[in-house]
Amino acid sequence: MQPGKKMKQAAWALGLGLALLAPATGQAMSAEDAPESVEIDTLAELYGPVSFDHAMHTDVAQCSDCHHHTTGTDPTDPPCVKCHYGREEGETVSCTDCHAAEPFIQENLKKLENPEIFHIDKPGLKGAYHINCLGCHQEVGGPTGCQDCHQMTEAGEKRFDTGKFAPAGYRPGAEQHEPEKKHE
Amino acid sequence: MTEQLSRRRFIKGGLAGTVAVSVLKDKETQAAHDFEGYPDAMGVVVDLTRCVGCRSCEAACNKEQGLPEPAEPFDDFSVFDYMFHGQKRRTDEAHYTVVNRYEVPQLDHPLFRKMQCNHCNEPACLTSCFVNAYTKTPQGAVIYNSKVCVGCRTCMIACPFYVPTFKYSSAFSPRIMKCIFCYDTRLKDGKPPACVEACPQEALTFGKRIDMLEVAHQRIRMEPGKYIDHVYGEHEAGGTSWMYISPVPFDEVGLDTSVTREPILNYVKGFLAIVPMVLTIWPALFAGFHLLATRKDRIKESQTDENQEG
Ligand code: SF4
Ligand code: SF4
Ligand code: SF4
Repeated sequence: MQPGKKMKQAAWALGLGLALLAPATGQAMSAEDAPESVEIDTLAELYGPVSFDHAMHTDVAQCSDCHHHTTGTDPTDPPCVKCHYGREEGETVSCTDCHAAEPFIQENLKKLENPEIFHIDKPGLKGAYHINCLGCHQEVGGPTGCQDCHQMTEAGEKRFDTGKFAPAGYRPGAEQHEPEKKHE
Repeated sequence: MTEQLSRRRFIKGGLAGTVAVSVLKDKETQAAHDFEGYPDAMGVVVDLTRCVGCRSCEAACNKEQGLPEPAEPFDDFSVFDYMFHGQKRRTDEAHYTVVNRYEVPQLDHPLFRKMQCNHCNEPACLTSCFVNAYTKTPQGAVIYNSKVCVGCRTCMIACPFYVPTFKYSSAFSPRIMKCIFCYDTRLKDGKPPACVEACPQEALTFGKRIDMLEVAHQRIRMEPGKYIDHVYGEHEAGGTSWMYISPVPFDEVGLDTSVTREPILNYVKGFLAIVPMVLTIWPALFAGFHLLATRKDRIKESQTDENQEG
């Protein structure tokens, strides 16, 4: 899973844009400064990119629901409040800047060995997106199906043995009776 | 203790050793007690509050391990309704991992649990195998060498989690099949297993086992109401590399809570000494005698490409 270059650029542009727009006094960013929509394609491989309607989500969620403390708004998660309450906005607000696209590569696992590190359990980028987006969607009744947010690609169909790669003789809905197992 | 934990340390000389095992107690058992797993062993925390039952892990495992085409696509969720003899789906030679759904009264939504080999610190499968087919690698994986496997199925009986199964398609070369922690394609190169990488919810968190234990305990500590205060696999079966945390008691999600905290191997040894093996695995035993006679050569031969084969 390689980080999409396009997303990196978008993240940079987004970060830069926000940095320029943000008032120098360190007060919280406002939703109007944020982009209308963001195409999330960093991890697009088995599923296509997500076209994220940022403007719509600023109407239904607080900045801190997704950006934690980085937009200068106070975090809502109780464990975060202890350190990040009443802080100024962060240097960066894009998801990719804190959440690693490949959280489990050796380089990132090594960081856990630092006894000073507090965030020993920071989800990777894919985890962060899904835990946060899907978690909220489940709570508020937003869409929760995989393909409600991103269409499966051909590579995805191959991985999941579905669509044009579905097993021969497979009929959706009909229970596929696997041969009885011979466990004794 | 850098040398690989070998079954040979406990049972010398194959079958004879297995029968004589109760006599071998003191020194050898002592060694087993002192072994608390490899310090750098890797591990995975499976967080049942995060799993959404998407089966991405199953699909990834199928491709990574080159397993046969499934009967139904991996995005067909009707498999959660399947029952085999009153049991939910389980791992077998074509599915090294399966996800099952559990309705729990406490929650307004079902829970899902992925299962696979738990990669015990002191694997009962390894200890019980009298042809030395299993190896616990320093990275934590429990792998096997199918070339020396005689198909006696003792490991199937020994495993407290009912993991190893056999491929019977070839009656003359039965082959044990189970999750190998993606050892040969990933783990040995320091890479995360395919299923972990595929999980969208990061319900599977990978790292050194000791770090994963800390992560698991921290999650429980940070959100006390969210989890049962227990890490399944921290001590079960003497400790496992794959561990679970859950919002409901573990028996409600199909985990055996009666699994002993002691390494299973102590029990297995007793068990094997008591149960007349000849009655349960008579045919395999004959095969075993022959194979034992030629075992040394096979082992020598296979040590060159040791455990490369999954
Ligand atoms: S779970 Fe079973 S098969 Fe896996 S290492 Fe433990 S005893 Fe062996
Ligand atoms: S670790 Fe590898 S072999 Fe085991 S279940 Fe995951 S993908 Fe399959
Ligand atoms: S991929 Fe992750 S979320 Fe999906 S079923 Fe497997 S463990 Fe659960």
